Amino acid sequence: MSAFFEALEQKFGAQIQAPSAEREDEIYVVVGDPDIRALAEYLRSEFEARLVTVFGEDRRSVERVFFNYYVFERKGDTRYLIVRASVRADHPEFPSLSAELPAVNWQEREIQDWFGLKAVGHPNPRKVALHDNWPDVHPLRKDFLLETVLPPFQGERHIYRPALGEGVFQVPVGPVHAGTIEPGHFNFAVAGEPILYLQLRMFYTHKGTEKLFEKLPIPKAVFLAESISGDSSFSHGTAFCQAIERAVQMEVPLRALIMRTILLELERICNHVADIGAIATDVGFVVANAHASRLKEMLVTLNENLTGNRLLRGMICVGGVRRGWNAVQLGLLRATVDAFAADFQDLVTLIDSSESTRDRLEQTGVLLPEKAKDLGIVGVAGRASGIDLDVRRDHPYAAYGRYSFRIPVYQVGDVNHRMQVRVDEVNESLGILRNAAEDSQHGEFRAQIPPIPPDRCAVSAVEGWRGEIIHWIRTGPNNHLERCKIKDPSLNNWPALVEAVQGNIIADFPVINKSFNLSYSGTDR
Amino acid sequence: MFKIIQKTIRTGIVTKAYPAELAHVSEHFRGRPHFDFEKWTDARPAAEVCPTGAISLRDSHDSREVTVDYGLCVFCGLCAEASSDKAVRITQEFELATKNRRNLVLTAEYTLNADHTHRQLGTVRPGSGNVETDVKIVGQKAHETIRKVLGRSLAIREVDAGSCNGCEVEIVALNNPIHDIERFGIQFVASPRHADMLLVTGPVTRNMELALLKTYRAMPEPKVVVAVGACGISGGIFGKNYASLGGVDNVLPVDVYIPGCPPRPQALLHGILLAVGRLGEKLYHERGG
Repeated sequence: MSAFFEALEQKFGAQIQAPSAEREDEIYVVVGDPDIRALAEYLRSEFEARLVTVFGEDRRSVERVFFNYYVFERKGDTRYLIVRASVRADHPEFPSLSAELPAVNWQEREIQDWFGLKAVGHPNPRKVALHDNWPDVHPLRKDFLLETVLPPFQGERHIYRPALGEGVFQVPVGPVHAGTIEPGHFNFAVAGEPILYLQLRMFYTHKGTEKLFEKLPIPKAVFLAESISGDSSFSHGTAFCQAIERAVQMEVPLRALIMRTILLELERICNHVADIGAIATDVGFVVANAHASRLKEMLVTLNENLTGNRLLRGMICVGGVRRGWNAVQLGLLRATVDAFAADFQDLVTLIDSSESTRDRLEQTGVLLPEKAKDLGIVGVAGRASGIDLDVRRDHPYAAYGRYSFRIPVYQVGDVNHRMQVRVDEVNESLGILRNAAEDSQHGEFRAQIPPIPPDRCAVSAVEGWRGEIIHWIRTGPNNHLERCKIKDPSLNNWPALVEAVQGNIIADFPVINKSFNLSYSGTDR
Repeated sequence: MFKIIQKTIRTGIVTKAYPAELAHVSEHFRGRPHFDFEKWTDARPAAEVCPTGAISLRDSHDSREVTVDYGLCVFCGLCAEASSDKAVRITQEFELATKNRRNLVLTAEYTLNADHTHRQLGTVRPGSGNVETDVKIVGQKAHETIRKVLGRSLAIREVDAGSCNGCEVEIVALNNPIHDIERFGIQFVASPRHADMLLVTGPVTRNMELALLKTYRAMPEPKVVVAVGACGISGGIFGKNYASLGGVDNVLPVDVYIPGCPPRPQALLHGILLAVGRLGEKLYHERGG
């Protein structure tokens, strides 16, 4: 650790204040009058550090400045390095990193929208989180009230870039889609069948979640965390509770950590098997989906038996989990895992034996590894394109340190590989579940929470089934939060969809989109 | 092809006969919290922990009005855990859909002891002055027409007006072989122009209001609107804020409300069949809260 900071100090000297390590794996560095661009470039080139997320905070009332946080990690190091740069209230500008690091394009624009800070040098500084017809407000500023009633919209929601040329058409799709999915707008520029260019417009489901986190007492905010992205309730809930537990530096009982691991893996398998079925549907193999959705139903029925809710809600809490499991429940867990495993193998064989299905999936929606790296793609989509990241191994949490599992990484980055990653992960998860089920019978499942002091910061990461979920919090007085930053993996991965569809025919868009299956609500919050 | 047929035959029929038969529900499932108002000695602990304000209190110096709103409830079970007098019990009931928002609300009046615990129960009545739709009962269509026109074959257009996607997960499950909604002649359609029913999840965001209204207007008459989940009914944990308009009935006339977070597939089915007159309501407040 020290070599790393000595190198930083040597290079940047007085600009960097001494790192404070509240927890061993979370190190804060404060930059005075920063050139964050030089620092980010240095961390990237010298240490191959990856910029995990960028977000802002309004600290004007206490420290008279805004803060921007840059969270870095590097391969083989379980620590997060968090660089905090202040932005003057009377000069609300910060240097943009997006030209060099396209991965933070949307996140920097979010800081512009939420806090009214200008990202200087941003290649595309238009609004992203607030649509263009919103009044001039910055909802995450402390002087903006959650309950504010805004005036009606005025003007265009968004002007899309024109796509010109003989025979070139623009096809607008959404926000209400043909299927039962979340809302977002896709603007395709097509020349005949092939897609030339896709423009996305998200944030239709923005419902003030991060602002609302600042208003709810922490025990109630757990339920809000469960509603960030409905299919990842337990992952987001865990990320949130972990953040609080880290902030107060409390121990969570081992039994609870094992139970969390089990539920996190159940959530992963549930969604993976549903996606495998949905991908099959989108290329016309409906029988496979019937089996996949039957298998999913088997798991959500188990979820209900283990947690009282089919989507695992109402189980996670700060300090552990809310209920233990008896022998009957654990028996059901083991039996369901065994029954599922055999049936899942049949499903995979069924899909593998269908050549027409494989033909539609291979070389469709290719995301090249180098593009994936530039765009900072995480999770399933990243691992299908050579990006070897997995929070479970890189920053172990819950009880993942106790179990061995393989992390599948593929290189082609087509729909087929995104499906293959899911198939492999399901099999690995079944192994984790079998081992963990033997471990989770005895002991406490919930620890007493000590009083939560104000002004504690903590970062928390969970490998949700889509990929890396990050929560960052600052505690406030009276069991409340000052700030809660949510980064769903979808936020990183939408630009990957734009890349992957280019050159494909528009009829393949549904299956390409499904192979990413990103969360709109997790993105929009 | 042989493999496909072999697997199909080996799997057999998995569809469940709900509602003809009772739904199989786990004993651990958290359905409607039941309030034994007679026995309830103090509503404050439950109201204090309720994450969405589904249990709310209005105290004057020696009396208390307790309002329970199943339209806000996320079925977390904290109220039962917090009430040491065991007056709140979690049941496995999930068929809570209703045509009248009032039916999701119960109001109990108590006189209070000096320490603000309950002295005596006064009246328990459905509805409350606090629920907006109490005053504007909207969307009540001629039931007979709806049943005649839509009661046999129904086309549903689903709109996510801002949900977390939890309700969508369960709506999609209606199409799986276990719940198989098509056995009722009901199908989900891609265009509002083909739809008889608008199934809406919420909260309705500011950004989705226009799209929701346009979808509604594109549907032919007669049409029904069903609000799904705590957020669709009332805004749920999100409520109303700068970006959220709350429940669907703040934007559209709603015919049926389906509580849940999210409602399980059978609860959705019950609500959908209720909306077209093929099933009746289960009025729990007539069964004593």
